[in-house]
Amino acid sequence: MTAPLRIVVVYPDLLGTYGDGGNGLVLARRAEWRGHAVTLLQAASDRPLPEADLYCLGGGEDGPQVRAARALIDDGMLVRRVAEGAAVLAVCAGFQIVGRTFPGAGGDPHQGVGLLHVETEKPTGPRAVGEVLVEVDADALGALPMLTGFENHGGVTSRAEGTAALGQVVVGVGNGVGDGSEGAVQGRIVGTYLHGPVLARNPALADRLLSWALDDVSLAPLDDSESESLREERLLAVGRRRRHRRS
Amino acid sequence: MRAQLASTTTRIVNATSRRLGRGQGTVAGGRAGLRLDPRLLEHLSAGRQVALVTGTNGKTTTTRLLTVALGATGDPVVSNETGSNMPPGHVAALVGTRAGRAVLETDEVYLPRVLTSTAATTVVLLNLSRDQLDRTNEVRMIAGSWRAALAAAPHTHVVANADDPLVVWGAGAARDVHWVGAGLRWQHDAVGCPSCEGRISFLEDGWSCATCGFARPAPEVTLVSAADGTARAEWADGRAAPVRLSLPGRFNQANALMAAVAAEVSGVDALTALAAMEAVQEVAGRFTVRSFGEVRARLMLAKNPAGWDELLDLVAGSGAPLVVSINARIADGADPSWLWDVPYERLAGRVVVATGDRFRDLSVRLHYGGVRHSTEPDPVLAVAVAAAGSAEVVEVIGNYTAFYDLLGAPA
Repeated sequence: MTAPLRIVVVYPDLLGTYGDGGNGLVLARRAEWRGHAVTLLQAASDRPLPEADLYCLGGGEDGPQVRAARALIDDGMLVRRVAEGAAVLAVCAGFQIVGRTFPGAGGDPHQGVGLLHVETEKPTGPRAVGEVLVEVDADALGALPMLTGFENHGGVTSRAEGTAALGQVVVGVGNGVGDGSEGAVQGRIVGTYLHGPVLARNPALADRLLSWALDDVSLAPLDDSESESLREERLLAVGRRRRHRRS
Repeated sequence: MRAQLASTTTRIVNATSRRLGRGQGTVAGGRAGLRLDPRLLEHLSAGRQVALVTGTNGKTTTTRLLTVALGATGDPVVSNETGSNMPPGHVAALVGTRAGRAVLETDEVYLPRVLTSTAATTVVLLNLSRDQLDRTNEVRMIAGSWRAALAAAPHTHVVANADDPLVVWGAGAARDVHWVGAGLRWQHDAVGCPSCEGRISFLEDGWSCATCGFARPAPEVTLVSAADGTARAEWADGRAAPVRLSLPGRFNQANALMAAVAAEVSGVDALTALAAMEAVQEVAGRFTVRSFGEVRARLMLAKNPAGWDELLDLVAGSGAPLVVSINARIADGADPSWLWDVPYERLAGRVVVATGDRFRDLSVRLHYGGVRHSTEPDPVLAVAVAAAGSAEVVEVIGNYTAFYDLLGAPA
């Protein structure tokens, strides 16, 4: 019997305001439905971060986001496990803090965990709020269907040279640096602004992360009729909005 | 003179809007009046005793309970009963009446502005938790804005929930605070200390921050719940009374105690106030049992994870079929990601039907939560589907517009 796949939802007490803990649940169920043993842990910020194969970070408020970054840097486990090959999905505030720098509540820069070579600043314009469609960058992640999600952030995120974007926005703002990019991918780390949660809306992305964590590129297909029906609805509803905007 | 004209305009627009069948005609008139006289709310509040009720959950119910309690004296009491809880709704409620007492449900973001305008004598602070994150502010920002506003209102008496750290922070700079041990089931938004950068720990009998010492204040009265669903209010001064309501749920007992303390601050004995609240059967349709054809259903409203947490607890007592209806219209917030913060796993094993505009989001959530369910896009049909083969009253929980869709649907 192989060891169980260990999935950790990082600091739901600080990075749990936006339903992104659902990403951990989606990953766990999809592995279990394929016969894998799974340990899914909600890791509170006042304890050492457990050792895991897959880490999920979610959205949070400005103050707690700063605390989460500091705790992850002090703890050291996340950086160590990434060096050893663990996969990471980091969403919104989580995406910002795994980068090099991010803005605190007052806009002042704070040090991030530095796993992704991205830097985030406060935007000069309004927050980016609304439905998003993203065409995935096949060079970064291989071919994946269009991503759907919902963004709600006040951050402009630029990538260092050599760090790929997750994809290009077809609808929405994304990283907000003017090149239409959304998110970032580096090794087995995926950063994105998409809520929904992103893996509930995009099971193919969930399976990409699982195939990394399980070292298995040929995951058996699942009955995804609920997700497919939701995806169809969102692609239609959001795609229609795009046509309106252009006409 | 200007206020007079603005008041008259508000009344005319409201009446016209009602005649045209455009809603309950409270917001349009209030807006028109405020355009003519931006200080209209201030003028209409002058000479009245105003109580404001705010918080994420329980505003409408607590407003209703306090209105009934203050009415126990026989004095006329005016309130914004339609749930329009921003200044246009307040103006519309006050404009046609000479009632000396007003109880105004107030949107949590608008509290500072409304407090300034009305010079309220009493403010009730219920709780703060995540709600419609795509269009409202972070809860810590709201708590901070309450704190600043109440510090600048030395004549206002505050009634505040001692069990919610964010509320305690919001009330903490006020001159006169009546702390109530009203309970807090949903603690997930209060872990980060609002006073410092530390961490709040919740224990059996309170909470505190290990870093700065910010801690639960001693309440003057506490809600003590029994396992059988009954509850008592126990005062630090030795008084005690049962909290008996027609409305269901521990959260409504908490709302009633908050209202009772607010009534006492306003000169009505708390025990008299509690007795008066017993008669309230439903509040703006919430908890109404109504018929859809042959089927009877109890309608409940939950807008956010904290509200759902309470209602899932309430319906856990029965095995009745359940309809869950989710919309994501403007009044609901455009993003239903919060469904993943609700512990729907507790519904496993019962008959569940997913409906509403966003039944597909709900269906995916239930699928991953291990809750077998069926789907039916039409909410009224969903009630019929849930009832099939059962004689029980169907439990229906919807978020804001989903609830009103069903309340207003033809019988």
